[in-house]
Amino acid sequence: MWNILVQIFPYAVAFTIPLLITALGGLFSERSGVVNIGLEGLMVIGMFTAAIVISKTELNSPGVSILLGLLAALLVSALFAMLHAFACVSLNANQVISGIAINMVAGALTTYLARFITGSGNIQIIHGLGRHKVPALSEIPLLGKLIFTQSYLTTWLVLAILLTASFALYRTRFGLRLRSCGEHPHAADSAGINVYRMRYSAVMISGACAGLGGAIFLVTVSGEFNGTAAGMGFLALAALIFGQWKPFGILGATFFFGFASTIANVSQAVPALAQIPGIFLKTFPYIITLAALVVFSKSSQAPKAAGEPYDKGKR
Amino acid sequence: MKLKASKEYLLAIVAVILGLMAGAVLMLVTGNNPVDGFYYLFRGGLMNIERVGNTLATATPLIFTGLSVAFAFKTGLFNIGGAGQMLIGGLCATAVGLTFAWPKPILLAVIVIVSMIGGGLWAALPGWLKARFNVHEVVSTIMMNWIAYWTVFYVVPLYFKGPFLETESQKIPAAASLKTVWMTSLFHGSYINQGIFLAVIFVIVSAFILEKTTLGYELKAVGFNRDAAQAAGISVKRNIILSMTIAGALAGLGGATFYVGYASNMQIGVMPSHGFDGIAVSLLGANSPWGVMGAAIFFGLLHTGKGFMNAMTSIPPEIADTIIATIIYFAAASVLVERNWDRFRRKWTTGRLFKRTQHRIRQGTGGRE
Repeated sequence: MWNILVQIFPYAVAFTIPLLITALGGLFSERSGVVNIGLEGLMVIGMFTAAIVISKTELNSPGVSILLGLLAALLVSALFAMLHAFACVSLNANQVISGIAINMVAGALTTYLARFITGSGNIQIIHGLGRHKVPALSEIPLLGKLIFTQSYLTTWLVLAILLTASFALYRTRFGLRLRSCGEHPHAADSAGINVYRMRYSAVMISGACAGLGGAIFLVTVSGEFNGTAAGMGFLALAALIFGQWKPFGILGATFFFGFASTIANVSQAVPALAQIPGIFLKTFPYIITLAALVVFSKSSQAPKAAGEPYDKGKR
Repeated sequence: MKLKASKEYLLAIVAVILGLMAGAVLMLVTGNNPVDGFYYLFRGGLMNIERVGNTLATATPLIFTGLSVAFAFKTGLFNIGGAGQMLIGGLCATAVGLTFAWPKPILLAVIVIVSMIGGGLWAALPGWLKARFNVHEVVSTIMMNWIAYWTVFYVVPLYFKGPFLETESQKIPAAASLKTVWMTSLFHGSYINQGIFLAVIFVIVSAFILEKTTLGYELKAVGFNRDAAQAAGISVKRNIILSMTIAGALAGLGGATFYVGYASNMQIGVMPSHGFDGIAVSLLGANSPWGVMGAAIFFGLLHTGKGFMNAMTSIPPEIADTIIATIIYFAAASVLVERNWDRFRRKWTTGRLFKRTQHRIRQGTGGRE
């Protein structure tokens, strides 16, 4: 059992990290009061951008091409998220419809462009990100083998972002303002906070995070862009809810989901795991999220104003 | 009410025009001539009887998912689980079609019924969660979509595995298909099938239920104002569950028309795009059954023509999906149009009033000047 765990743990972590960063993006958006169903589409945009940039640069400048790809994905997705912000914040549009439109535009547009650029709808990258041994820490018994032996740099980056996000949300003026916009925007407004600007920045942060998530998924797990994020964005949305809109809740939820999905993915190769039916493992995140919605229906931690357009004139 | 409906249609048309314009810009950016592009896009969907048949066949499941969204929307519910309900409806239909060797009329009747039951139950759960625990139906239907996706992913290879590929089911026998010989030959070998008749029937039935029955009245009352409906003695909970169930049954039947009508087997690992397209269809059709049918045929046209356009020009076929997606975005952002429209009208009417008054004043004081 221990051997299997050591074998699949790095895969589970690799699967968890893009989910985690995407769900964190969703956290910012929803905490500011804008529901973001478009996470999936924003991930696709990130995957696409990273794939283009990396495939164009990896021959000439192999050292920095992945870094460039991640940065480009982050920026482009943040800009793309502006579309969602514009519809939801400036135009008071229905946030769910706008999010769906974001998903559909992202999937169709990127495949269109990919076909235009490469001839097929796919973009492959030759080199993904390499796994590294963390020097001293990999010598720790148990944990060293599990976590520090075969880790990606992006894993540590995302964990650092998690800590920063948690600090920013709960310990800074920005975070307090952001959360107040999601709980009671009128009160926030009367306290002098520009609700529109807060929501714009939160949605852009969510775009940047989801784009980074898509790019990380590309360089660590999938290795090619094919026009979809395979439902990762929706899984992240489920994790956001199951984690009850809290950074460390999300960490737990994404790891839980990531681990279950990984077991399902590798169960063909590992006989000991084949006894657990895949259907159970794959549907489990969604079923447990539904259950959580029921259990927490009375005491939900969901931002009170999430989903409602902010209208200054209303009270 | 009439005026409001016509305004909704106006907004829908503006969204379509903006979407087509965005498509034209995209064609230009990638170095193609939009006039050619649209010419071949529409020609590809209409140029002969076979293509027309394909357009209608592609539109059939869209009519159902569009009706499904529109129906739930009348009760103030947002059913974005059309894809999952379709998958389950299709799975039930495929299972029946592959299991029983009954005469065609009986088999088809059973397929229609089980697909409606499957889809209906799949949506009844979110409805019940909404009514009983106030769980938002958007979130729960998304979860149900993915549960359906993985259910199909594992059930199809386990019980209905095709002879060649792990990723698809066996082909259903001709007796279980909604395709008929006379329709296929009438339309020169197109995908068209009896689903289109079912679609028209259900458009009429939906319009009838919503406009002429107590049930429809109650559903709409709950949609207009939940508290007022409750106060008037209408059971809000019952109607929420009922509305979702009907919506799910419609989408489930749409799944049957797709998987045992348009197609003849089920592919696993594919989330049908009809669920989200149905939202576009419903928005564009102003949530009315007949509007839904028109919008679905329009989208069917785009989807059918894109292959021909791709063959004749170098424009990637995803242009059709991009146009549809952009239309949804502009439909969501229709406030922009609405605001400008109102401003324009106000300006226009006040401008006219101003001129008229000016004219009157001038007339009145004309003698003295």
